[in-house]
Amino acid sequence: MMGILQSGVGVLGDVAAMIPLQPPAASSIAAGIDKLYFVLTGITLFFAVLIFSIIFYFMVKYRRRSDDEVPAETHTSMFLELTWTIIPSLICVVLFVWASELYVRNSRPPASSNEIFVIGKQWMWHLQHPEGPREINELHIPVGVPVKLTMTSQDVIHDFYIPAFRVKKDVLPGRYTQLWFQPTEVGTYHLFCAQYCGTNHSEMIGWIYVMPPSDYAAWLAGGEQTESLAQQGERLFSQFGCGSCHAAEGSGKGPSLAGIYGKPEKLQDGQSRIVDENLIRDAIMNPNSVQLPNYQPIMPTYQGQIDPDQMSQLIAYVKSLGSEERNGK
Amino acid sequence: MSTATVDLREAPIESSVNYLNARYGIKSWLLTLDHKRIGLLYLGTITFMFFVGGTAAVLMRLHLIEPQGALFEPETYNKMFSTHGIIMVFFFLVPSIPATLGNFLIPLMIGARDVAFPKLNLMSWYIFVTGCCFAMYGVISGGVDTGWTFYPPYSSAYSQTHVIAFALGIFIAGFSSILTGLNFVVTIHKMRCPGMTWFRLPLFIWSMYATSLIFVLGTPVIAITLALLAAERLLHVGIFDPAVGGDPLLFQHLFWFYSHPAVYIMILPGMGVISELITAFSRKKIFGYTFVAFSSLAIAVISFIVWGHHMFVTGQSIYAGLVFSVLSFVVAIPSAIKVFNWMATLYRGSISYEAPMLYALGFIGLFTIGGLTGLFLASLATDVHLNGTYFVVAHFHYIMVGGAVMAYLGGIHFWWPKITGRLYPDYWARIAAAIVFIGFNLTFFPQFMLGYLGMPRRYAMYPSEFQVLNVMSSAGASILGIGYLIPLVYLIWSMRYGPVASANPWKAKGLEWTTASPPPTENFAEIPVVNEDAYNYPVAEPRHYPDAPGVARV
Repeated sequence: MMGILQSGVGVLGDVAAMIPLQPPAASSIAAGIDKLYFVLTGITLFFAVLIFSIIFYFMVKYRRRSDDEVPAETHTSMFLELTWTIIPSLICVVLFVWASELYVRNSRPPASSNEIFVIGKQWMWHLQHPEGPREINELHIPVGVPVKLTMTSQDVIHDFYIPAFRVKKDVLPGRYTQLWFQPTEVGTYHLFCAQYCGTNHSEMIGWIYVMPPSDYAAWLAGGEQTESLAQQGERLFSQFGCGSCHAAEGSGKGPSLAGIYGKPEKLQDGQSRIVDENLIRDAIMNPNSVQLPNYQPIMPTYQGQIDPDQMSQLIAYVKSLGSEERNGK
Repeated sequence: MSTATVDLREAPIESSVNYLNARYGIKSWLLTLDHKRIGLLYLGTITFMFFVGGTAAVLMRLHLIEPQGALFEPETYNKMFSTHGIIMVFFFLVPSIPATLGNFLIPLMIGARDVAFPKLNLMSWYIFVTGCCFAMYGVISGGVDTGWTFYPPYSSAYSQTHVIAFALGIFIAGFSSILTGLNFVVTIHKMRCPGMTWFRLPLFIWSMYATSLIFVLGTPVIAITLALLAAERLLHVGIFDPAVGGDPLLFQHLFWFYSHPAVYIMILPGMGVISELITAFSRKKIFGYTFVAFSSLAIAVISFIVWGHHMFVTGQSIYAGLVFSVLSFVVAIPSAIKVFNWMATLYRGSISYEAPMLYALGFIGLFTIGGLTGLFLASLATDVHLNGTYFVVAHFHYIMVGGAVMAYLGGIHFWWPKITGRLYPDYWARIAAAIVFIGFNLTFFPQFMLGYLGMPRRYAMYPSEFQVLNVMSSAGASILGIGYLIPLVYLIWSMRYGPVASANPWKAKGLEWTTASPPPTENFAEIPVVNEDAYNYPVAEPRHYPDAPGVARV
């Protein structure tokens, strides 16, 4: 009998040992989020236990002893009502401030991030390093270096999610969204698509390889040598004849693109927009939507001629023009 | 001697005429204008839909016992969770308490003979059934695979399944909600009996009133949204799909503008039921009547301005995120106020534990956990990690199933003697309540853990390290399924074989308990006159403290 009991407990123990409790915490923001998560868990447990024990106590203490029992009268107490309105409100204020401060801090990528382009499509992740290498459903990155992802989708909405880094952002068709993280632990981590995207949604997964810097350098050197993303963009730029209007010295029919990246630009309709990935994309796909005041609306749309892959190359090229300009000054 | 051979088995069991035996025949049901009969028509319809959606859920959980998926191709699994979500949200939870108990009880509770517009009420049921038919046509002809949220451009340009059938079904059923809400608002305003002032109304009426406001104001938005989706899918008008000049996030804004308030359409009526159950089984006046009543209205109003918390990771601006986060914390407070007031109502009560009370206590426990885990998702920083994972699935099932369905079952058990005139076996009902509670927690608690570990929802297959928790969840789902089948059996059994119920078997307060069980077609022989507050249960004479100030010394 004891033997059965012991083996039963043993089996339960084995099962319990198989239950993972925490995902790996491998990015610079993971510890901060986990701390908030544990405090929230603590608050949940505290109130759940408090409410359950009070109810259980009342259930036993005030159970009906005879059917003609008449309970004592109690009166609504303004003091109690205010207490259980104000205390939860104060807790909510603290949680809101804490969580929001963390979120705002986490949403700003450091200036020195390594920029990678991500294209989601049913049902794979396509990643482009600035140095040129491309990967499918895998991303190799060096430990400790912040990475900024500029992401778009070729079809439906996807979502780039790395649980170990506690980061997630939707990947939308027709626009760019951004996500950044700084891996702190060498290892291999899950990449999931976290927005339902059709039949093989659950196979739109991959791996993030966080490597020591030396291994990463070896990985980068070991692959097929390719042009950098900006160089590929430069080739497209001349292939499509963009330079005939967008001459570097500003003498063409269109504006010069040198040094424009990251700066505000006043549009014809009066609004001002920062020149970012989304604006460059709009300018190529739907030029009238970002018409500049001092130019003729003569640029044709390139919708259907430039795929998201080429778009990342062109954006990388325009960005590289910006940095040369700034370096020059 | 023909008069002596009357077969006693044929003799009517109830001596009086009531709404059930006043008229017989299928026509007397399908053309009835009686709010009680219409409530029962809804009860039959949504019970059928519940078991359709429930079957899909059980099959999903069976599939997920193996990491590679045990039963289906991914495409079939995707159709399962989409069917489950659509049927359960739009064809069970939204109409559940309002259309059945609301229809049955609102006139009885306010001392009226019927709702304000009985013909409109019957029409609402026909509209709802038409919507159900389109949804069931979608199920039978091959299903839909978009999830219940229908996000474009997947739903408008990529899915090859029956999106239009389901969207049309929801669109049509929405008019049933709007008309029912309208009917209830007018009924509660205009049909209260003499003496039934606003602050003497049972709290169930307050919560039905708040729900009706959301029905009327929110439902048109989902109808418009789905119409736009259909226009894009059928006519290729660019609204949501960027490939034809649309904005995919516009759909999410419109969808959640309805669907977040819809969460409160599902839970507010449950909260109303719980207020009735807690007072009846502790024989106490509700603690903080005005706070409980106004918290329902506060929830209804604030629920319209929190939709953006479904979109924290879509790339919406940080400032929008901050505003929606703080509003989401605000909407938590009225719910907390309700829980504390129910708890205080028990204090010094005379508490008994028949099955409805077990459901009510189960509700408070599960709703508390569901509500508190909502704080994780209102907090911006943690939502980024948990959004789109099983944590969200667990959270809303604690509210929708642990909350709304528990309250619905508690309410059905509580008013069953009034509805049918029969008692069910309380022993089996308590066992069923316990099985539902245990099965529910085993199903959904592991899903909180899965979500924190990072398992995304809507995955037909998953990495093997998540298997133990998934198996636990699936085991719980089978227990939960049994828990839901038991009441179906004994409730149907009781309609024919259950002991006859008295007018007020629980010795509860409220006008519905002053008339016969089942009530006559016209509800009351004479329109009642109310001269006391709700829940005016007898109280012990206050003890005299001779030394207390203000008490005259003898």
